[in-house]
Amino acid sequence: MQSTKLVETRGLTKRYPGVLALNGVDFDLEAGEVHVLFGENGAGKSTLISMLAGANSPTEGTITLNGQALAFSSVADAQRAGIYTVFQEFSLIPTLTVAENIFLGWEPMRGPFVDHRAMRRRAHDMFEELDFPIDPTAITASLSRAQQQMVEITKAFHGDLSVLILDEPTASLTDREVDHLFGFIASLKERGVGIIYISHRIQEFQRIADRVTVLRDGARIGTVAMAETDEHALVEMMTGRAITEIYPQIAHTPGDVLATAEGLVTSGVSAASLEIRAGEVLGIAGLVGSGKSRLFRAMMGLAPRLGGKVTLKGQDVTRAPTRAILKAGMYYLSPDRKAEGLDLAKTSNDNLALNLVMGGTGVSRMGFINWKEVRAESARIADYVELHAGYRPKLVSQLSGGNQQKVLFGKCFGQEADIYVFDEPTVGVDMGTRSALYRLIQQLAEAGKAVVVISSDLPEVLNLSHRMLVLAHGRISAELSGDEMVEELVLKHFFDESGAKA
Amino acid sequence: MSEQSKKYGAGGLIKRVFVKVGVLPFFLLAALVIFTALSSKFLTGQNLVNVARQSVYLVLVSLGQMLVLISGGFDLSVGTAIALTSVVSASAMVFFAGLFPDAIWLAILLGAFAGFAAALLVGMVNGLGVAYFDVSPFIMTLGVSSVGAGLALFLTGGVPVSGLPFEFADTFGFGRLWGIPVPVLIAVICIVVMWVFMSRTRLGTQIYAVGGNLKAAHLSAINTKRTLMLAYMVCALIASLTGLLLTARVESGEANLGGTIALESIAACVIAGVSLRGGIGRVENVVLGAFFIVLVQNGMNLAQVSSYMQMVLLGVLLILAVIFDQLRYRIIMSGR
Repeated sequence: MQSTKLVETRGLTKRYPGVLALNGVDFDLEAGEVHVLFGENGAGKSTLISMLAGANSPTEGTITLNGQALAFSSVADAQRAGIYTVFQEFSLIPTLTVAENIFLGWEPMRGPFVDHRAMRRRAHDMFEELDFPIDPTAITASLSRAQQQMVEITKAFHGDLSVLILDEPTASLTDREVDHLFGFIASLKERGVGIIYISHRIQEFQRIADRVTVLRDGARIGTVAMAETDEHALVEMMTGRAITEIYPQIAHTPGDVLATAEGLVTSGVSAASLEIRAGEVLGIAGLVGSGKSRLFRAMMGLAPRLGGKVTLKGQDVTRAPTRAILKAGMYYLSPDRKAEGLDLAKTSNDNLALNLVMGGTGVSRMGFINWKEVRAESARIADYVELHAGYRPKLVSQLSGGNQQKVLFGKCFGQEADIYVFDEPTVGVDMGTRSALYRLIQQLAEAGKAVVVISSDLPEVLNLSHRMLVLAHGRISAELSGDEMVEELVLKHFFDESGAKA
Repeated sequence: MSEQSKKYGAGGLIKRVFVKVGVLPFFLLAALVIFTALSSKFLTGQNLVNVARQSVYLVLVSLGQMLVLISGGFDLSVGTAIALTSVVSASAMVFFAGLFPDAIWLAILLGAFAGFAAALLVGMVNGLGVAYFDVSPFIMTLGVSSVGAGLALFLTGGVPVSGLPFEFADTFGFGRLWGIPVPVLIAVICIVVMWVFMSRTRLGTQIYAVGGNLKAAHLSAINTKRTLMLAYMVCALIASLTGLLLTARVESGEANLGGTIALESIAACVIAGVSLRGGIGRVENVVLGAFFIVLVQNGMNLAQVSSYMQMVLLGVLLILAVIFDQLRYRIIMSGR
């Protein structure tokens, strides 16, 4: 009688010593539907899918696939049963080509040899079908994060895919790429594939979700049909309180020009000029690959500066190394907290302490550290970024994405700075944490600091900025302010071809 | 917690100790039990004091090795730094002693500095290669180790340098101050200095940060290249000091000193919980780790295990320690 239930869990529970990560969750997925899992960080979404994906086994409870009870011992096991998961952490091998990655373990053979030509052709066909503009012969490491995500999704198309689990698939995608992804999800639905979709971007749910299950503190709060609910109701279910305002109103009191770039050139960016002012939030929008991140990485000395001039507080810093720019008061928050933001094997406290120590807090003239002073200060910063006291002595690797991002933000306050460049400040972060981070941005800007927000999340840039730059093809295609900052106009400049090489 | 430990019993306790301090307590316990059973002479005050004295050299080298491991690399050339120091300082001492026969301490001092300078050069080349040219630490230090060993042999023609000033060996090899052997005193000073350096100074914090996440350290305004250079140079310098003490002990400059010490020092560090991925390690544990290695060697000697078999066991011990380190890292990162 439950023949349409593709996947069903009953009383699924996961207990770690001292923590109940998942508490008796009943969940079901029907063929041909998109079922969204929604909840704050640590609500149990990842735990639930890790068990469905075979990466983890439940303490109690059952999982059934097409009515048959299953116990996966590995991810490969689950894949054989037709359940494929695209985790946030990619499973691509950076040194192989895209085609080799897609067919890893499934290589088309000609006799005893791998048929590379067939591999490339089939990869090419798959990309064609999915409308992903990726060269199958490219080395995976040379792709952008968004493109790698597309490859990861393409990998799912082997064998008899019956369940596809997507964990935050749009976190690093731009709107156009998201459109591709959704179109492709729709075609999967038609084929009867059930899709479990985890996202924090509530505005996406209207477009793709059939049903939404809300989790909070490891328990299921409820499952609702998307047609019968709206964003406000979902946020209320998720947080247990209503969020009327996600984006704060930031007072605009533009002051002096603190930093400038004149005709700055780096690979992928040609002749960009801009000004960063005190007391103002400058938003930077553009597609992935438009050079919006690279422009600022070049200003910071993280990418080669091939031409032009960068000044900071009136001084020429075009040739200065990154640490000199940091010390001169320009802070850069990395978009990739795991690769270049945090030391994952250390505690939150130690991560915060590093920037304090480098900023000179509690350090004597001889270079000796007074740890008591540093600890007190890092506790103050942790309070400020609303990092729960229980997470502070924990290893960063054990924290959820949102809490990791809070630690990353906390690192900004260890060193005195006047300019804060936030590159993708809310990647993979839930609503509750987002609004906390936005408040921090507000406080910085209103305290007279210059803030730059680089983001692929257009509503974020539109709502936070006082002034914004749009990048397309490595050029600044528009500078907008006030009433000009509306979605349609920005999108037009996204695709501005005037700077393209024909 | 109490509820948990009841639930998991002894197994839970073992696991918690393992996660917190690593594999060393278990290895130490096993060594004590096994060697006490094998030889009645093992667990005596006299023997343990003996072990403590013998372990001085490995403790010192391991401290330097730890620094480099924490910075995210490792140094296979510590043995070469020792050999080079021994040969260079001995030759220099003999030379200067001939030049100033009346100021023998000046000759010793100049000789020591010549040795330090040679080792510092080794550390600098390692650091330059790793930090500025992105050569993998394995290849860089392996190459330098061959270069240094070749130079040490070339300089002496393979013949030990003899005729060192009597005072040198008398003081640094066999001397005592307040009844404590001079090498032990020097090691204690180094341990204390290193502990303060790693846990109380900004430079120490930078080394941890660079090993933990190089890019994050770069974005925290740390001069990562200079920090790496520092790690390799200090490591070479401590190895050099060890070389000097060993030279005093054997009363000649020898190019074959420190032959196995690279492996032994890495084993000591890894057993003591220093992560091969960098960023993690504690001075006090490394001291114990080095002590453990010497203890095992001493126990095997007493139990009349052949020196060839000892090599086998040392290698096995190192591999086991790395396996346990891997296991521990997995447990820590998964938060269980």
